[in-house]
Amino acid sequence: MRQIFDIHGGIHPPERKELSDPGFLMDCPPPSKLVLPVTQHIGAPACPIVEVGDTVLGGQMIAEAQGPVSVPVHAPSSGTVTAIASRAVPHASGMTDTCIEITLDGRCEWIKCEGVADWRAESKAALLDRVRLAGVAGLGGAGFPTAIKLASDRTIGIHTLVINGTECEPYITADDTVMQCCAREVVEGAEILAHMVGAETILLAVEDNKHEAAEAMKDASAHLASAEVVTFPTKYPSGGEKQLIELLLNVQVPSGGIPADIGVLCQNPSTAMAVRAALIDGKPLTDRITTLTGMALSKPGNRRVMLGTPIGELLANAGFNSETSDRVIHGGPMMGFAVTDLDMPVVKITNCVLAPTRSEIPPPQPQQACIRCGLCAEVCPASLLPQQLYWFARAKDQEQLERHHLMDCIECGACAYVCPSHIPLVQYYRSAKGSMREASKEKVRSDNSRARFEARQERLERETAARDAKRAARKAAAEARLEAGDDPVQAAIERAKAKKAQQEGDQ
Amino acid sequence: MSLLHVSSPHIHKPFSSVEQVMKQVLLATIPGVLVMTWFFGPGTLLNIIFGSALALGFEAWALWLRGKDFKSPLKDHSVIVTATLLCIALPPYAPWWLIAVGVGVSVLLGKHVFGGLGYNPFNPAMVGYVVLLISFPLQMSSWTEPRGVGDVPGITDAFVALFAASSYDGVSAATPLDLFRQNSGMLFDGLMASKAEMAGVIAGRGWDMVNLAFLAGGLWLLRQRIFTWHAPAGMLAALSVCALIGFDEGSSTGGGSILFHLFSGATMFGAFFIITDPVSSAVSNKGRLIFGALVGVLVYLIRVYGNYPDALAFGVLLMNFAAPLIDQYTQPVVYGTKKIEVDE
Repeated sequence: MRQIFDIHGGIHPPERKELSDPGFLMDCPPPSKLVLPVTQHIGAPACPIVEVGDTVLGGQMIAEAQGPVSVPVHAPSSGTVTAIASRAVPHASGMTDTCIEITLDGRCEWIKCEGVADWRAESKAALLDRVRLAGVAGLGGAGFPTAIKLASDRTIGIHTLVINGTECEPYITADDTVMQCCAREVVEGAEILAHMVGAETILLAVEDNKHEAAEAMKDASAHLASAEVVTFPTKYPSGGEKQLIELLLNVQVPSGGIPADIGVLCQNPSTAMAVRAALIDGKPLTDRITTLTGMALSKPGNRRVMLGTPIGELLANAGFNSETSDRVIHGGPMMGFAVTDLDMPVVKITNCVLAPTRSEIPPPQPQQACIRCGLCAEVCPASLLPQQLYWFARAKDQEQLERHHLMDCIECGACAYVCPSHIPLVQYYRSAKGSMREASKEKVRSDNSRARFEARQERLERETAARDAKRAARKAAAEARLEAGDDPVQAAIERAKAKKAQQEGDQ
Repeated sequence: MSLLHVSSPHIHKPFSSVEQVMKQVLLATIPGVLVMTWFFGPGTLLNIIFGSALALGFEAWALWLRGKDFKSPLKDHSVIVTATLLCIALPPYAPWWLIAVGVGVSVLLGKHVFGGLGYNPFNPAMVGYVVLLISFPLQMSSWTEPRGVGDVPGITDAFVALFAASSYDGVSAATPLDLFRQNSGMLFDGLMASKAEMAGVIAGRGWDMVNLAFLAGGLWLLRQRIFTWHAPAGMLAALSVCALIGFDEGSSTGGGSILFHLFSGATMFGAFFIITDPVSSAVSNKGRLIFGALVGVLVYLIRVYGNYPDALAFGVLLMNFAAPLIDQYTQPVVYGTKKIEVDE
């Protein structure tokens, strides 16, 4: 048994995972049309390579990656491109973005997918290329391009691959389902990932409230000497990447750094499965397993959903009773964001759509004054002082916010969960972080222009100095000649005289 | 269907509200108040009821003056907690005007001039207490003798004392801390043996039981996670260490035993109900430990060398001044910022 280490803080909200049975994976009837945002990941948006009116096949690339931190988008099924326009997309700020709309023809025709025969025989670069071209981004919720994460060349090599099946958010059972229903694929994906980064150890991390998933992982990984299934007590947010690493390995990811800095790579089980599909089946990422849950649904559960399926259609399929509900949450109740438009599509990061009834998740209570009780500091997994950050955020005191490490906040929401004054703390932090990022960008800009200005000043001074030096040198040379009895004026007069005399002599 | 657009987290811990916190603090004072009623009669109880009613009035008035909504803040019970804590600290059978001045100062000068709940740099109850102690030393030192039920003033006496102080003829007596301060020439053990007031089970008669009762209430609050152990443990440990250093086998000029200090006067009440006020104390656990410890040191120093028999209010107010400074130096180590030893 591996020793489990303690992490600071954490909370135990009601889990509510029983609402969506993780042991059973349902299929979702294909919708009539799909809406595919060009940005479903962190990084530069993909660039559409189809036009309105084009017919596309399933698996066909419809938008290509632009720049190094970007991933392409593929059509999940066959149909016609009917629009490339700005639509509401899942995002905390409720923004709109360019989306490719495909009206499906119902024939479900796919391009021919070809996987690699033996992934062990392929070069790392070739494997990375396939992962990138398959459009794989972290499916756990952040959506970071997987190929970038795998390619990162830090000084220390990766020694441990962690498959993060913690799923500590209440309600969500998508990873649980993946681990139970696709255990073999997850483990094979983990094996490939470990091979790609050269990790010697694979830790399959599962919270102890997912007994069946842990058993399934054990069975599927029994043949691997390097793999170990680790279970640990249920606590939110143990599944935070940094928290999980400390919990398993008793080391902390340095502030501002990434796990690769300490030789660790974390991947979500669904991502591992997507990597496997990309390499072995040659299949790009066009669907995912999503939890549909909440008391406002009569048929909650986990479904394999095509990316681009409008959330409203998905909910209708799960028996959504809109009478009893006034909010739909993309993601879990702790870190998810409210859906502003039911036409919003399922994207690569959509691990859950939660439709609670009004009594299940009542509207937020009015904010009261902070009484500095310190409950927030007790539960903060990053050991921050949330109440101090709150005061500094309100005072817009960036110096103190920096001194109190606002940027190390992972926005897990544990502080706001326990706050007796019902202060929406995370909202304050998000906004303060935004202004800090803006300020540091501003600082970079002003530093750059100062550097430019100083360089120009220096160049001008250099040029003036060079001119002065030249002039001084000429002057010095002239004076030297004068001193040597070599008066240039006299010489010129004499030359003129001689010339005149010659001219006169000529006439 | 109109969708609610709210920020995460969407769920909140059930039964976690300011009102709940305050309610639990009030509940936790019950054992202490009951034991006080047993030994001193219904004076304290009547003070609390009268003081709380006044406090609600003052709070509503202050909120109205400040142009705030004066209905919903009344429901958070915070002002009742302030009044209750002040009234527990006041002598039983105090005249009505003493309570009125104390509550008024606490609510208006202790709390609202700084901006109300959450903004007060000082413990409001202690602000009120110190103003009374300095302004009306006679009334503030008239403690009833802890005779125990059956031999204490009745409810009629309590009403007379409250509203017609001039016609109230109560018996006041020196508290153990008074006797200790006034002691000259008697060995500590001799002092403890010579006076009936000193003959309690642990420390002074009655007072040790009152302290035990507040300790019980405080431990319950700790269990309910209303506060952490840091401030109370810091104060009690520091007081014990000081008493240990100062105790010279009980000479007449010595500092008194550890048990005497722990179970006398306002020690337990202060450790669990006053210095645990989160608003005016340090914010981090380490900070609260230091905050409590320094209050403990001040309490000992003022009790043994100062001019006042007990010192909690002064100790707390002085440390309230220091709290922001303590905060500056006691920031917890944030995840990922630990110094890592680099192998060269």
